[in-house]
Amino acid sequence: MHLTVAGTADAVRQAMQDLAASPLFAKLDEGSRCNAEIVLAEVMNNIVEHAFATQSGEIDLVLENRHGRLQCVVSDTGSAMPDLTLPKGSFQPLGPIEDLPEGGFGWFLIRSLTEGLEYQRIGGVNRLSFALIQEQSPDCA
Amino acid sequence: MELVAQEHGGILVVRAMQDRIDAAGAIQFKDRMRELTGASKANRVMLDMSNVAFLDSSGLGAVVAVLKALAPDRKLELAGLTPTVQKVFRLTRMDSIFTIHAAASDGLRHAG
Repeated sequence: MHLTVAGTADAVRQAMQDLAASPLFAKLDEGSRCNAEIVLAEVMNNIVEHAFATQSGEIDLVLENRHGRLQCVVSDTGSAMPDLTLPKGSFQPLGPIEDLPEGGFGWFLIRSLTEGLEYQRIGGVNRLSFALIQEQSPDCA
Repeated sequence: MELVAQEHGGILVVRAMQDRIDAAGAIQFKDRMRELTGASKANRVMLDMSNVAFLDSSGLGAVVAVLKALAPDRKLELAGLTPTVQKVFRLTRMDSIFTIHAAASDGLRHAG
């Protein structure tokens, strides 16, 4: 499945709703669908927020169901990742309420739910590829 | 972001009517929650999320921001988390920070 999405938060929301109703998602088990929703929304929102912070453009999604696992390639023409490196997204222990983080969960979620995450910058294009992890249980636990 | 508030025995129950709290709606959600909680004196605020099928990290950040804005004197509790929303809370361990009720009616059973 191939999808082009404008680089705005509203367009990402619409794309996620379209994907949730797509035949591609219908063929995934509930656990994979749930992970795909979380990961693809985070990946695209990061692109809108950072790569397209000072310029506009489109996000290109290529999604393939390979034996029940979703393989994803997400490309955009926005600005490159700083140092051409993906954020670590390590888990920050949660402290007292007044110090709780209100952001920075995105890459943690992406890294928790994907495998083979790879970033390349080729000819002005950011290209992120990954596979959704295979959950032990078929539901969204 | 449509949120509907009603007080039940000292608890302000805020019901999210939309099916997503995401990057496109997180700021509106925070603003509207500030309005509703500002207009009430209830010490306990319960956000009924049973209509919310999806919450992303921006939405989670907004819910955390509401918790922080109410603390230390007032408390934000959550109810009716759907599977995907529950997963986001569990992965980020935010489920250890919030009091989470299976349904809003469970939270109200302990109303003072």
